[in-house]
Amino acid sequence: MNARAGSVGAQGTWAARGTLYPDVALSPSRGGRTAWNGWRAVRARHVLILAALLIYPWVATPFFTFQIGGQSLVLGLIALSLTFLAGYGGMVSLAQMTVAGIASYCIAIFSTSAATQISLGWPWWLGVLIAVSVATLLSTLIGWLSVRTEGIYTIMITLSVGVAFYYLCEQNYSVLNGHQGFHQVSTPVAFGVNWRDPIPYFYLALFCALTGYFFIKYLLRTPFGLALQGTRDNPRRMNALGFNVTAHRVASYSIAGVLAAVGGVLLAWYNGLVTPGTVNTGALINILIVAVLGGMRHPIGPFIGAIVFVLMQTFGIDLASQLMGDWARERFNLVIGMVFLLIVLFSPDGLLGWWSGLRARFGPQARSNRG
Amino acid sequence: MQSMTRTWRYALTLAIVIPLIAFAIWALDDNPKLFLRTLLNGITLAALYFVVASGFTLVFGLMRNVNLAHGSLYLAGAYVGWIVGDATGSWLMAVAAGFLVAALMGLLLQVLVFRFMPGQDLRQTMFTIGLSIVLADVMLWKFGGEIYQFDPPSIIYGKTPMLFLNTYPTYRLVMLATAIVIGCVLWWFLNRTRVGMMIRAGVDDRAMLAASGVNVQMVFAITFAIGAGLAGFGGVVGGTALSISPGEDTRYLLASLMVVIVGGMGSIVGAALGSLLVGLVEQIGLAYAPTYSIVFTFVIMVLVLAFRPQGILGRRT
Amino acid sequence: MQSTRRTFGRKVLGAAMVLAFAGTVQAQETIKVGLLAALEGPFAAGGQDCMRGAELALLQKGGMAGGKKIQFIKGSSDASPDKAVNATRKLVEQDKVQIMIGPLSGDEGIAVKNYSKTQPNITFVNGSSGAQATTLLDPSTNFFRFHTEGAQWMVGLGEHALSKGYKKMYLISEDYGFPYSQVQGFMASYCAKGGRVVGKSWVPLGTKDYSSVIAKIPNDSIDALLVVLGGSDAVNFLTQYEQSGGDKPLVGGTITVDQTVLNFKGKRRESLVGTPSAGPMADSLDTPEWKKFVADYKANFKDGFPSPSLFAYLYYVSTRAALEGLDAVKGDLSGNQVKYREALQKLSFKGPAGDVRIDKNRNGIGTTFITEVVKNADGSLANKVIKTIPNITQTLGLPEAEFKKMGLGSRDVPNCP
Repeated sequence: MNARAGSVGAQGTWAARGTLYPDVALSPSRGGRTAWNGWRAVRARHVLILAALLIYPWVATPFFTFQIGGQSLVLGLIALSLTFLAGYGGMVSLAQMTVAGIASYCIAIFSTSAATQISLGWPWWLGVLIAVSVATLLSTLIGWLSVRTEGIYTIMITLSVGVAFYYLCEQNYSVLNGHQGFHQVSTPVAFGVNWRDPIPYFYLALFCALTGYFFIKYLLRTPFGLALQGTRDNPRRMNALGFNVTAHRVASYSIAGVLAAVGGVLLAWYNGLVTPGTVNTGALINILIVAVLGGMRHPIGPFIGAIVFVLMQTFGIDLASQLMGDWARERFNLVIGMVFLLIVLFSPDGLLGWWSGLRARFGPQARSNRG
Repeated sequence: MQSMTRTWRYALTLAIVIPLIAFAIWALDDNPKLFLRTLLNGITLAALYFVVASGFTLVFGLMRNVNLAHGSLYLAGAYVGWIVGDATGSWLMAVAAGFLVAALMGLLLQVLVFRFMPGQDLRQTMFTIGLSIVLADVMLWKFGGEIYQFDPPSIIYGKTPMLFLNTYPTYRLVMLATAIVIGCVLWWFLNRTRVGMMIRAGVDDRAMLAASGVNVQMVFAITFAIGAGLAGFGGVVGGTALSISPGEDTRYLLASLMVVIVGGMGSIVGAALGSLLVGLVEQIGLAYAPTYSIVFTFVIMVLVLAFRPQGILGRRT
Repeated sequence: MQSTRRTFGRKVLGAAMVLAFAGTVQAQETIKVGLLAALEGPFAAGGQDCMRGAELALLQKGGMAGGKKIQFIKGSSDASPDKAVNATRKLVEQDKVQIMIGPLSGDEGIAVKNYSKTQPNITFVNGSSGAQATTLLDPSTNFFRFHTEGAQWMVGLGEHALSKGYKKMYLISEDYGFPYSQVQGFMASYCAKGGRVVGKSWVPLGTKDYSSVIAKIPNDSIDALLVVLGGSDAVNFLTQYEQSGGDKPLVGGTITVDQTVLNFKGKRRESLVGTPSAGPMADSLDTPEWKKFVADYKANFKDGFPSPSLFAYLYYVSTRAALEGLDAVKGDLSGNQVKYREALQKLSFKGPAGDVRIDKNRNGIGTTFITEVVKNADGSLANKVIKTIPNITQTLGLPEAEFKKMGLGSRDVPNCP
């Protein structure tokens, strides 16, 4: 473990490092670049990716724009909140989908849906404001409860908060509308644009995802971000240095809450509905799968994980039958599970780790980087 | 947060205990039969949870191994047990088969996989999540969505006359006895045998155990086999009291997790306490406030963890 | 490290685009029909039987309808509405199906119905989902349900319970939409004719141990129990009720004493003999249409159930209706399928269990069978038809205004303690 962290540290790109095991000591090379070093960091590849993302909806079909593109960005944003907490704060929270779900439910309750006896029909911007505030507040509360625990206990307390919320949604009819949830959650028509249409929705999701991504990248270089990573690696030393470890952790839950809440609002608009199925145990674990699949070493990880996850979910049923014949059509979960197992087994750092491993071995750039 | 003052702790205990006593008095006055029956239901359900969760706590406690495929072992043991029981016509053979198959699966898991990822919490978690997805689909494929139920010998099936309650299902009482026996055997095994002492030493300090010349891998493998075997055993026992169908794996995984987390990991007594709490809350909730009965169990867990992050009997590590 | 992102992103984008363009090429000689059922989650086994039912309908027609070859493209959900809509959207927008059949469960049906409004050029035929609201509230002009729903399936059972002398009953039921509909179908006539449901136990989904629910049954003040549980919940309840010495007669919902529960892998529950229930089909129906349906099912699906399940039957009826409609317009789906929909609206044929036709909201008007559990010569249990009630409308035989006054079924509607 130490050896691995050490070798990555030696590459000098501290953002590429990240480990979930809190007993690794702070190494001096980590302090490296502490400030956003301006436009020099923007390279040709960044411009290319941005251009490709902007052009994407004009070359892809509406289906690919909306269901693959839009959904990946939203799932990626929610998973980014987990990557931030787990990869940089050392706290694996399974309640991130719950926070997103709370925002989704708020949107349904405060703006309009088919459940007219509950939905208040307030304007969408007020709904969004309330949804994000309430979800962030509850995320802070979940954080306040769970920062007392460590490791697997954090996973468990957040899982039980999540499952409790799921059963609450199933059983409460007066506010949460029970098993049927809210259908026909309206997507705003603002500035002359229907934001549910594939291309506007894609850009909306892209805007939120990019904002979240750059915000996290920026935040990790601020004193707060560095201190948070310090508390992950050695909470006792950080405490001795005068940092309030608990406060840093709770604050990071609030920040993760904002990301997940925005993702939740977008998710409600994407699905056009919110039901307990949105926040059931499977959905909670899916977010962890997305984050681990992509890799938690860099904020881009969850987005890559989300793309792969959404493609597997959408085309797994076709893929299974094409790979193994028609009998496998009903066994596509087996295929998805196997792919997932292979990635976990052979690449502890997800697809990002896999990729950088390959590059480290074969790529020319990796060699020059190391030198 | 750990150094909660004594006064506070008393106040908190009183704040929880007084309403509970008040509720018990009200319920006894309102309908004593219902209350006693519900209590007994909770205790016997706790027995089932204990059988499944004791294996989980052994593995969890010693290896810090978060085996989220524990529920899949439960289901696999039950299915194979059913086949054997159906072929031999013997319920006891089914129980034995359930234990052995799950134990073998656990052994293989430890020897082939977990040995190579020590200390990697998240990776183990993810691996076992993936494994449980795969196993669930394989079992759905092979056993379909049908409902399986074991047929116990008629001597332990039916009803038993009881004081106050007229009759009570015999099998649930047998389940309670089984859990008590398993608890005692585990206690004896852990406290009175050589392997058990090694396991306990491992729970306290793995590095020290390895340094003192014990073959740690062997201890791990034995523990994992016993822990997994108990899941399979529980599968047959639970499949007799209730039934077996796809989805039961997640249910018992969640139940085991709650029991172990509430009780404190690695502690058999903790698992017993945890299952009592979970079983009682579930059944009392179902009898007196059914709408939110399942929510209660999870709220209990959140509360316990918020005030005792290491579980009721867990030790800080 | 940084550069990996670009390359990877580009690859993913490239792969996505290839897939996107591949999907747009299609041949017009065949008609693509999307088939959605829950192959994951709690209804996985039922979902597989849905597929069998749909395939059987196509097999019986030799794979053709309206002179064109029919190609099924299958999709799966886990019975959650979000996944159902995602899978439907994929079939409609990516695979370009022209007719969509599915989904399986109630809330999925409502969600797919709402989605159908955004795809006015595609015709949607409900698979087996039985929520009342799908066609009663805010119906969609291109969403058809050829079978009857949860409340209709229970019509007539209330009178039957009264005729057996069950004047006071206690309800034990799962706590969500489908059982609410079932209970409404039972109670609407049961209460009106003087029966009383003295108490209701709504048990949350996910509860498996019913012992404390059983402890609450007021044995002294009731004649019988109304049990609306399905699958393993029903098996668990019945086993535990027997062990705790319960001796009240039972009345079951549509899926409480169906094949999966009666003939589960374990000891037969002889105490169930005589239990009445109701539904849109019955295993032991004695008509030639039903016998042919069962024989064809058994011949084609060796891995299927001993006899087609409710899900197979409903998907069969839905698929067959969609195909008969194609026959009627000779496979002509032009003009945004307007003619096809007119043909569907007028469609009427004899299904395996009674006539199939729809009302002005495009919901089935059909037959309900009152059955009782009997023991076969070989020891297995089956449902014997006691009474056949044809032409049941979605308003349960009540005038529409009166039905609307009662409202849709919920925890408290109807109520007659």
